[in-house]
Formats: sequence, C-alpha cells, structure tokens
Amino acid sequence: MRTAFALRVPARLTSAAAVLVLGLTAAACAPQEDSASRGPSSPAGSAPASAGASCAPGKLDTRTADVLTIGTDNPAYAPWFQDNKPANGKGYESAVAYAVAKRLGYGKGAVTWRTVAFNNAFAPGAKSFDFDINQVSVTADRRKAVDFSSGYYDVRQAVVALKDSPAANATDVAALKKVKLGAQVGTTSLDLINDEIKPERTAAVYQKNDLAVAALKNGQVDAIVVDLPTAFYITSAELDDAKVVGQFATTAGAQEQFGLVLDKGSPLTACVTEAVDALRADGTLAKLEQQWLSDAVGAPVLK
Amino acid sequence: MTLGEELHKDAYTPSQRRLERERHRRARTRRATAIAATSTLVTAAVLCLGITGSPGWPRVRETFLSGHYARLALPKVLDGLLLNLRLLVICGAIVLVLGLLLAVVRTLRGPVFFPLRALAVAYVDFFRGLPLIICLLAVIYGVPALRLQGVPTNPVVLGGAGLVLTYSAYVAEVFRAGIESVHPSQRAAARSLGLSGAQTLRHVVLPQAVRRVVPPLLNDLVSLQKDTGLVSIAGVIDAVYAAQIITSQTFNYTPYVVAGLAFVALTIPMTRFTDWVTARMNRRQSQGGTV
Repeated sequence: MRTAFALRVPARLTSAAAVLVLGLTAAACAPQEDSASRGPSSPAGSAPASAGASCAPGKLDTRTADVLTIGTDNPAYAPWFQDNKPANGKGYESAVAYAVAKRLGYGKGAVTWRTVAFNNAFAPGAKSFDFDINQVSVTADRRKAVDFSSGYYDVRQAVVALKDSPAANATDVAALKKVKLGAQVGTTSLDLINDEIKPERTAAVYQKNDLAVAALKNGQVDAIVVDLPTAFYITSAELDDAKVVGQFATTAGAQEQFGLVLDKGSPLTACVTEAVDALRADGTLAKLEQQWLSDAVGAPVLK
Repeated sequence: MTLGEELHKDAYTPSQRRLERERHRRARTRRATAIAATSTLVTAAVLCLGITGSPGWPRVRETFLSGHYARLALPKVLDGLLLNLRLLVICGAIVLVLGLLLAVVRTLRGPVFFPLRALAVAYVDFFRGLPLIICLLAVIYGVPALRLQGVPTNPVVLGGAGLVLTYSAYVAEVFRAGIESVHPSQRAAARSLGLSGAQTLRHVVLPQAVRRVVPPLLNDLVSLQKDTGLVSIAGVIDAVYAAQIITSQTFNYTPYVVAGLAFVALTIPMTRFTDWVTARMNRRQSQGGTV
C-alpha cells in the first residue's frame, strides 16, 4: 500500500538507483592515488633505499618536492623548543632538526614545520610530515607502527618534587614507593614508574606536562617523573619551590633514546638515520646538547 | 441437531477468492523477503570487499583490530570502566536531586521569590553555556590552588563536582519543561480542592511533570555516562584513558576500539531500560486500552 504522499517512482527505477548508489560508493572508496605532490621518484612502499645510494643532497623523495616537512606538537615545550616556535632554530630539538635537514641538503629556507599531535604521529595512513621530532622514545613495540631514525638524544629520567614534600629527600627508589607519583601519558617516564618504582598508589597520568606541574603545585601529587632536561626546566623556570630530587641510573644495555619518527617503510629512513649518525660522530649532537641542555647535568643518581 | 453442529454449519469458511488472495499475498511477501535478503547480502559483500581489498587494510587491521593488544588492554580498560560507573551512579543521583531543586525554584510563583528565581536562572544560563572541559579544568586545578582548609584535593571528587555543576543545569531545564507542560487547569483544580501551593506542587504537578520527562532524563544520563571519562584530565584513569595510555606506549589503536565497545555494551542495556520505562508509563496512562 502506498500512502497518498509517497513518490510514485517505478520499482525498476528505484532498484537501478540503489545499484547506482552502491556502485558510486564503491568507486568513492577506490584506493587513493599516492599523494600527487610526491617527487617523480620511486613509488611508495618500495623498500628503503640502501643508505648512500639515493641520499643525494636536496633530492630526497619528500612529501613536497625540494621541501623537507618536519612535524612537532603544539605547544612545543622548552627546553626542546623555545617560545613555541619550532622554526626559530632555538632549543635542542629545533637545532637538531635543522642540523639533520642541512645534512640532507635542505637549507633553512627549504624546511617547513607542521603541527602534528603526538597521537597523529603514529596513526596509519598518509603522513603529513617527512619526519616528526617530538621527544618520542624508541621502543620495540612502537617500531611495529612507525620507522625510527637512530637516536639523537640519550634520555635519563628524573624526579621533581616540591621542597617541602615527603618525596623531596628521597635518595633511593624504595623511598618513592610510598608517595603519590605523576607522569605524562605516552612517556617512558610513566613506564618507569609502573615497571621500576612500582608505587603503592596508582600513578596519576596527565595529558600534558603542564597539567602534571599544576597538580604538583596543588599538592595533588607528591612528585612527578620527567626527562632530565624537562626536570631542570621546570625547577628553573616554572616552579620556584621545587627541586630535582634525583635521576635514575640507566640499566646496562637499555639506554633509552629519542628518535625521529618516520612513516612505516618511508623511503627516507635510511638517509635520515645516516644523517643522525653522522651528526653524532662529528660531535654536533654533543655540541648542541651543551648549548641548549647544559644545565641538565648534576643531579644525584637514585639507587 | 446439537448446538455444536448448528454452530459448525454456520461457521465461517473462507471463499475460494479469499484463499486465492491470501496465497497471492504470501507469495508476494516471500518474494519481497528474498529481494531484501539478496540486496542486503550484495551490499554487505560490496562493503566487505571494498574495505578488505583496500591497499591499507592489512595495516588498519593490524593497528585497530589486533587480538594481542585487545587482550593486553581489556583488564585495564575494565578497571577504568569501574571509575566511570562509580562516577555515573554518584553524580547521576546528585544531579537528579539538584536539577529538580533548581527547576522547582525557577518555577516558584510570587514576587517574594524573585531573588531565588534570578539566582537559579543565572546558574542555569552560566553552567549550560560553559564548555564542560573548561568547567572541569577550573574545578580540578583551580579549587585546590585556593589552599583552603577542608577543601578536597582528590581529583575524582573534584571532577565529579565539575560534572554535577554542568549536568544539574541541563537536567534542571528538562525538569522545568516537564513542570511547565502540566496544564494550568490541574493546578487550578488542586487549589480549588483546598490544597496549598506546596501540596499542589508535591501531589499534583511534580508527579505528572517527572513522569513526562523520563525519556529525556535518561538521555542525559547516557550522555553523563560518556562524559565521566573527561575527569581523566585530572590524572585519574578511566576506561578511555587506560586505552590511551596503552596506545601511546605501543602505537596501536586496538585499546581504543576495546574501550569504545565497552561503552556501547554499557549503553545498550540503559537504552533498553529507557524503552521499558517509557512503555510502562504509556500503559499506565492509557488504562482502559488505547484509543
């Protein structure tokens, strides 16, 4: 029974339309072309070139021809970046990014920065950057989802507490078991709390380090775990009445490192890794570390 | 001839034409069902082939539907879900009471109550407009910074308070709509029977008002259930946050899928419950059968 207002469309027409819609849907979902802006070089998915062979300066298979696109999160925190402007070359990671770019044959003018949230850096699908520099620690699990360059910074974890907090005078890891700890989500600082310290109370987990600092200030946590340069930045620039309680000894053979993030199977991985290795070998990384992270040294080691 | 036979003789027997018509209708129904099934199968097949045949499918399956990471995430996600549920039950109860109170204050008659009414209006206007996440940030990080004696610093308590502030404003408006939908004649009849203003509200207006707004109320409760997760900005770990933590450690999105399904599994019984309450209400209102 048709109601009075139903459109009287012949049944054949309707079914034809349905088939057409289905067909269009399927067509719309056709595999996308690889981004048109790619250089006229190897197709995507080809195995990474052997290092040296196609790392011709300035002629890499980048997202946009002749331009190196580098991703980082917004806000970009000190001391890794300064004034939330990654493009100013100030701060350790900004300086390293430009040094790597130079090594690959891209001058300051041929580098563009792009905001890439931490979670988007490892999402499957086309990436909007050539490499991402965002204090991402290299782990075996993460290697399944993205490519990493070799490490550009050896990370040490440290504990920050207010001077009048129960955690302020801890000299060993055992003393930290009884206090309320906090860390940022997605950091190895959090893994260290859960795997090494194993505190009695569940650690608080914050979206951003500045929320963790706010909680520390309010006394909602007794201490937070961050990497050493960040710890010194917090105590020198953000909180007057806080101190770096100490740093953690690195377990032998498991030196944690920050690496540059690249798309899984990116044609650039080998070249970028080569560039980072060269910067490490010629002392550039050490020099930049001295320049931007120099106050991140003498903290007592927690036993 | 017995009575039974009498009746039997006059009993209705369908005519040839009627039998014919029913056969025809059955055939049509069968045909329609067959076409619908085929069409559904074809659609499903096209979708399946389209998705699994796409070049990125193996990567997506590995990233979003990995059994290994699902098993890893499930216990932690369920732990987090306990927090969501606790917040839902406690905040939900407080929100209902507070919302009803606000609505009653807003609908008080008489010039003497003007300041109360104005306060209630201001409260509802402000907290309905304020984005929930900002409300939570202000409560969770702002209140402890006051350094007052006796003010809780527990992030779960503070987060719950933030949820109550926003949601009681929503729920107050739902209740107010219910109160204002009760016909004035009901009030007039109650007063003419000698009930006082308060008694009228208690025995005549509110029972009808509350019954009318049960479906939208449960809608707000389902919404509250999903928003309890926002308390995680205080650093406490709910289901979604537990998933995020594992995702950011492993760069695999499967935990999010697990958490999403857990929430859906919670919402479905709640929706059924809503439907059941509504149906029961309708049955009670239409005693003597529907017209």
